[in-house]
Formats: sequence, C-alpha cells, structure tokens
Amino acid sequence: MTQQQASANRPILEVKNLVTAFDTRHGTFTAVDDVSLELVPGETLCLVGESGSGKSVLSRSILQLVDRPGRIVSGEILLHEAHPDPKQDTTTELDLAKLEPRSGIIRNIRGRDIGMIFQEPMSSLSPVHTIGSQISESLKLHEGLNKKQARERVIEMLRRVEIPNPERAIDQYPFEFSGGMRQRAMIAMALVCNPKVLIADEPTTALDVTIQAEILDLLEELKTQNNMAILFITHDMGVVAEIADKVAVMRYGKLVENGNVKDVFANPQHDYTKSLLQAAHQTQLPSTERLAMREERPLGDPILEAKSLRKEFYGKTGLLGMKKTTLVAVDDANFTLREGESLGIVGESGSGKTTLARCIQRVLSVNSGELHYTDRSGASTEITQLDDKQLQPTWRDMRTVFQDPFASLNPRMTVSQIIGECLLLNGMHSKADRRARILELLDLVGLPSSAMERFPHAFSGGQRQRISIARAIAPNPRIVIADEATSALDVSIRIQIMDLLLDLQKQLNLSYIFISHDVGLVRFFCDRVLVMYKGQIVESGDSEQVCTKPNHEYTQALLSAVPIADPTQRGQQKRVRYQQ
Amino acid sequence: MSNTVDHIDPRLPKDIAEASQWQLMWRKFKKHKLALISLYFVGFLYVIAAFAEFFQPFDPEVTSRRDVFHPPQAIKFLDRTEDGTRFRPHVLGTTLSRDPETLATSYEINADEKIYISILGKTKPYKLAGFIPMSRRIIAPTKQGERFYLFGGDRLGRDMLSRTIAGTRISMSIGLVGVAMSLFLGTLIGGMAGYLGGWIDSVSTRAIELILSMPTIPIWLGLSATIPADIDPLMRYFAITVILSLIGWTELARVVRGRFLALRTEDFVTAARLDGARPRRVVFRHIMPSLMSHIIASVSLAIPAMILAETSLSFLGLGLLPPSISWGVLLKEAQNIRSIAQAPWLFTPGVFVLFAVLALNFLGDGLRDAADPYAQDLG
Repeated sequence: MTQQQASANRPILEVKNLVTAFDTRHGTFTAVDDVSLELVPGETLCLVGESGSGKSVLSRSILQLVDRPGRIVSGEILLHEAHPDPKQDTTTELDLAKLEPRSGIIRNIRGRDIGMIFQEPMSSLSPVHTIGSQISESLKLHEGLNKKQARERVIEMLRRVEIPNPERAIDQYPFEFSGGMRQRAMIAMALVCNPKVLIADEPTTALDVTIQAEILDLLEELKTQNNMAILFITHDMGVVAEIADKVAVMRYGKLVENGNVKDVFANPQHDYTKSLLQAAHQTQLPSTERLAMREERPLGDPILEAKSLRKEFYGKTGLLGMKKTTLVAVDDANFTLREGESLGIVGESGSGKTTLARCIQRVLSVNSGELHYTDRSGASTEITQLDDKQLQPTWRDMRTVFQDPFASLNPRMTVSQIIGECLLLNGMHSKADRRARILELLDLVGLPSSAMERFPHAFSGGQRQRISIARAIAPNPRIVIADEATSALDVSIRIQIMDLLLDLQKQLNLSYIFISHDVGLVRFFCDRVLVMYKGQIVESGDSEQVCTKPNHEYTQALLSAVPIADPTQRGQQKRVRYQQ
Repeated sequence: MSNTVDHIDPRLPKDIAEASQWQLMWRKFKKHKLALISLYFVGFLYVIAAFAEFFQPFDPEVTSRRDVFHPPQAIKFLDRTEDGTRFRPHVLGTTLSRDPETLATSYEINADEKIYISILGKTKPYKLAGFIPMSRRIIAPTKQGERFYLFGGDRLGRDMLSRTIAGTRISMSIGLVGVAMSLFLGTLIGGMAGYLGGWIDSVSTRAIELILSMPTIPIWLGLSATIPADIDPLMRYFAITVILSLIGWTELARVVRGRFLALRTEDFVTAARLDGARPRRVVFRHIMPSLMSHIIASVSLAIPAMILAETSLSFLGLGLLPPSISWGVLLKEAQNIRSIAQAPWLFTPGVFVLFAVLALNFLGDGLRDAADPYAQDLG
C-alpha cells in the first residue's frame, strides 16, 4: 500500500522547459514557449487555453507528432517506465524530445505507453476498416498477439468503454456508429494496450453536451481503473471543473498558471485565468445588463408570430433513387417574438434549430404553417408564401448573423464592400452616404475605420463576427437572427460579442432570435427560450424558469449534463438520461 | 465601447492585412519553383508564337534542293582569322557528297566556308502576323541568299527551326483558342447546372457523362473526316478547334458545376441573397470571383490536353494538313523509318510538344495549389 502510494505521487511523464517552434516565411514562430508540466498516475491534468495558445502543439510534441515545419527546439520530455522494445517487458526512463519523429522507438511508445484521442471522431477513424481491425492493430504491433487473442481483448475493451453488444460492434464500420459511439471506440483504441498516459485533445468538443457528460464519466472511471495519467486538453472551464485534478493554463505558447483545480478556481493568480473564469461564471447567470434594459424598456408588441411551421426534407434511397424518404426537420413550431425581446432556441445537433431559423428567415421554403411579420407601420404580412422579390422588405427588417465567421464573409470583397452591399442594393446609391454609414456601423461594432479597405482574412474570428454583425444591422433591421453566432469563438471573445449584441439591442431596440447549443449562453442572453428535440419544440417559456425548473424530461436531461464551472460542486448534480 | 476591441493574435502576419486574394495566390505560387520556371517557359513559348515570323531565320516554306536532310549545324561565336579572334557568330559551310556505290548522301564540313549570322539582320521584307511590315529577323544570314540549319533541314530542304517556330504558333494557339471555347461552353452549362439545379442539372450531367464515356480519338477522327479536304487552311484550323472543344468543355463544366454547387450553399452567398442581390448579381459578383482561381487552374491543365489532341490528330493526318504547319504536321514527316535512320532531327517538334505539355502541367499544378485555400502553407 505504501509503495503504491509512493509511486502514485511520482510523475510518470515530465515535460521540462519544452520549446516547439515553427519556421515560417515571417521568421520563427514559437508555439510552445518554455513549458514545464508533470503528469501523475491517477490524476487528470487539464490543459486550458484558447485557439492558438499552443496546447495542441504541446500535446503533439509529446508524441513527436508535430508536422513540419514545426520542430522541438529544446527541452526534455521524460517518460518514466517506457517500453522502448516491444518484445521485452523491461522499462526505462526515456527522453522523448531526443527521439527522431520516425524512429522505431517513438512508434513503440505511441499507443503502448502513451495513448491519444483526437477531437474529431469522424475523421480519426478509418472509414474502410472495421472498428475491430482498427483497435486490434495496435495490439498486434505492440504486443504481438494473434488474431484470436486480439479479438478477445478488443471485445473486452469495447465492453469496458460501454459500447453495447461488443461482439457485434467489433465487426461494424465507423459509419454505423453515432458520434458518441465513435468517440468511445476511439477511447478503446487508445487504451487497448493499457497505456500509463492518455492524451485527450478536446475529445468532447465536437459532441453534444449529453454525450460529452457520458464520455467524461467514462474517462474518469477508466482513469481510476487503470491508475492512468490523463492530459486533457480543453477550452471549456465547465469541463475542467468537472474532471480535472490539476489545471494548467496556456496563453500564446506560455504556461501562465499551473496548480490544483480547487485552488485555481478559488484563487486564480494570473489575470488571464481570472478573465477565463469570469467569462465562465458570467454565462451561467442571466445578464445583469439585459435585466436592467428590460426594467428600463419593457418588451413591446409581438412582431413575429409562427403558427405550426413544418419543414420536411426529402431524400432518395434504394436503387436508382426510386424510394423516397421524408425527414421532418421542424414539426409544428409555434412561437411569438416581441419587440425588443431575445428569444433563444436551444437544442443539440440535429434537433432542427438551424432549419427552423432558416425557415423563419425564409432562406428555406416552408411546407406548411404561417409566419406573420408586423412591420414598423403596424401592417402584418404572411411571409411563408412569398418569393425572393416579395421578401425584400421583410429581409431588410429581419437579418442574420451566421455561425462561421470565415465562411460568411466573401473573401474577395473588402469590408466596406461587404457591409455596403446591402446598403447599395437597398437604394443608397451615393458613395459618400454609404461611406458615412459604414463608418458609423464600424464604430458601432467596435472596429477601427481603417478596417474598411481590408479583406476579411486580415481579421481574427471575433473581428470577423463584428463585421458580420455590422452587415446585419446595416439596413436598420428590427430582428436579428443569430445562428450559433458565437460558438466558433474563444470564450473571452464570445463574451465580448455577447456584450456587443446586448449593447446594440439597447441602442437600436432590436429583437433577437438566438440559436445555441449552449444552455448557459441562452440563460445569459435570452428572455424566453424554446427547447428543441428531434424537430419538435418540447418546452418553451421564460428562460429563468426553463433553466432552473424545467418541466420536460428532455430539458431536465440536457440541463443535468451541462458541466458547472465550479469544482466544489462536482458530483452533486444528479444526471438524468432521457429515453424517448 | 472602448474595451470591446479584440486582442490581436500574434500569429497573424502583419503584411497580409491588405493583400487581396490574388496577391496571396501569387505569393503561394512563387514558392512552387517548378511551376514558376514553367510559367516563364510557357510565357517564352507564347512570345515566340506571337512573333513567330520575327524568330524564324527563314521563311518556313522556302525549299532548297541542295540541302535535303541537311544535318543541324552548331553556331560558333568566335571567328578566328588571320586578323585575330573576334566575336562573330557563324556556322561552317558544308558540301554535299554522294557515295558512288550506295548513292547515300552525306554532308562534309567545309571549314573554309563560313556563313556569318547577324543578330537582327536584314532579310526579305515580310509581314509580322500578316499585317505589320518588317524586314529584320532575330537572326539572319549576313549575306542574303545564304542558308544555315540550326535544327537541320527536312526532306525538301526547308529549315526545321523556322518550321518548328511556325508550328509553335499554331499548336500553342490551338490550345488557347480551343480552351477558350471549351471554357465558354463549360462555364455556361456547368454554371447553369450548378446554380439552377433540378432537371437542367440532371440533363446536362448525363450529357457530360455520355460524352466523357465515348473514346475520344475515334470521335475526333470521325468528325474531322467530315471536314472537306479542299477547305481553306484557316477554316480548317477553326473547324479542328471546334471539334476539340466539343469534347473538351465537359471536364470544365464538371469543375464549374461542382464549385457552383459548393458555393451556392456558402453562407456568404446566402448573405448576398438576403442583402437583396438578384440572381445575376449573386452569380457574377459573389460566385464567379471565388471560382476564378479554380477556372484558371483547370484551364491551364486543359491546354496541354488540347495541344496533345491536335498533335495526335495532325500526326494521323486528319487534323491540320500542309501547308498549315503545326507540331503534329511536322511530326507526320517523321513517321517513316527513313527519318529515324537518316534524319533524327525531324523529331525536334516532338521535344517541343513534350516540354510544352510538361510545363503547362506543372504550371497548372502550381496554380491549383496556390488557388486552394486549404493547402497547407509550409513556410
């Protein structure tokens, strides 16, 4: 017992003063700058940072997986108890930083001593091999098992990662699995050789929150069973609070904070950690700015009303597409949007929330139902049957901010052309007028006037989303539909954009339809919320009421899966699973 | 509002801030050294094609009975005479002799006879591209009436260098003109199929597949056999171009259709629609500019295919016919065993075909990589 205790406290992997750099046209870019970390068996170290902070490069450096022109410049990566020779069971201490990326030794280490899980379960499994053959590959390579032994081990492993019916699943292909199942298979692949260290690079980011909760539970369980050290990379402070024993925060390649999870959350040292935590805490409560705004100016009359909207998609299957299939993406959607109100639509991927938004915007046609828009003069129009030309006045009043800040701006146009497009097409023909309005809009969204003549690629994701917002509010609209408008952004920038949206609402009396998979953001931002599940609105109501006292079982399951950014509350929330 | 300005990511290089997409493409393209060299080479070929008469030392049609199958001569730059050594480019003269028993002809070098070459020398007046009167060529014999053969002479004693240069004009231009026609058809049909979708898409896609599934050489042969043999050479040239592009548009149409399909659902295209842009504006202002780089890349890959098609048709005797001169027509001369044995220099147009096609392919590859926004920018 005492011996085990002693070995538990000794680190298995030590990263000392690691520097990884990329040689670019503009000189050397240091992605990981003098970082030191320790991984201890039985503990999860969460590495937190925003995009570009170097966290993924660090994790790849450990396994010598950094692509050219990246290279490890200096530092040590000490792996204790390494198995450099697959045939022998002897272990030594090894400095991975000294190994060649293509050497046999590092290949023996990968998968055997250090397992890795990637973010995208879709692309990290080979689509043309069965799950079983992919998992057993490392068994054959590292432990020299024969086919039958390997198969037994794989089935055993699949059972451990809770894949139902493992005897059948082993012969299935990745496309037959859902996203969560694929990630389980990926975990099985990483853990089949019982590695002492597991590196998980954002393994739950691409998954829905209910599946994320299950995967996190699974990792926690496997960690205790195997007495494994986990390096868990994430940008989500909620996930950190849920699973971490220790936290390391990275920014611009440097390690700014490193410590015990409870200490870091209770008493962050670095300003950057403080801002991350503040952003995480802020989005768990309703925005005070919004509540103050509603006090000052109560919600107005209904301006948009949907009555049993229905949208179907048709597919063709079978030989020569003879068989027609119908997918009901939105079924019987009813809601009302009032002037100055923020209406949230929340749901997981495939719940039909984006389709609903596109139907409201009338980018898509609607199969049945009605959509009444009341304009400024008070005249009401039914817009489901109108064509593009008849929709012009409505489109001027109802605008969209898209999800992807990279795809939604035309890369061949300058910012002033992008924002000016709508002004020009709506009859503002004078160049000087347009220029003045664009400057006004840029100022409104917090961009410098020098942005006008630049192309979108010169801006960061957050700045692009500001351009997108400027374009949306250019014709002085009344409704802005924000479809996951902040989900592609880093946490600290996300909160800035949310503040900007609130600020604009205050100044321009906008109504928002805010679509998100993040319940916290919806609670922060929206007055009322619709919860969607499989094309249906299962619950709607006041956002506070829905987020604290949900009625529908699905909403309860969804809320119980959301990680809370507070490590002291870990394990106190009872998880509900929704079975239809 | 003051605290809302984003921090600037240190990874963003500062100098690209105002570079347009084209400037970025050019920067990426320059890194592909082989493509850059190919660009210069292709540019050089087109300059030669444009000013073909100026680069030909002689009229390609002028025959010389004394110089049948004359071997290539090397230029000597330094002239050693009793007065000393001077820079004066020349070739050594030859005398024809015939073996009295086998009647085989052979050319012996006659070191005493020097044919001097002047740069930008005066020759018989000619018309550049048929309408600009000129009287100087880049190289010409100093004494008018003398002849030299840098690439050798053919079976009628015509200068192969001049003929190859004349062939460059037709062969390289048939690629351009043919691709221009394919491009017109391809973007029109592919664009309509991709943007409008529905039955137009189904019909045109099936048509493209049908055309692509047919073996091209027999089709070309069949079509070109319908051209009357006594037609004017210029008309024949256009007829052949039309035949080639009738097949060539399909590949381009597929590329354009695919890009339209992808771009049609892009957010920025939807945004333009919501801004109130009519379909014509959406296509020409938003979709087309994003397509341009891909079109340029596919075009530069389609040109070599066109050149090869023309060469093979002419080689088989069903493409261009003499007196038109193209690389294929010239290679037809090298069809028999005698030319391999006696005058291997008749194959020089083949070398030109090889290098032109290779260079255009490299150029196309480089352009495609540069135009691909997903290609990794390594250093």
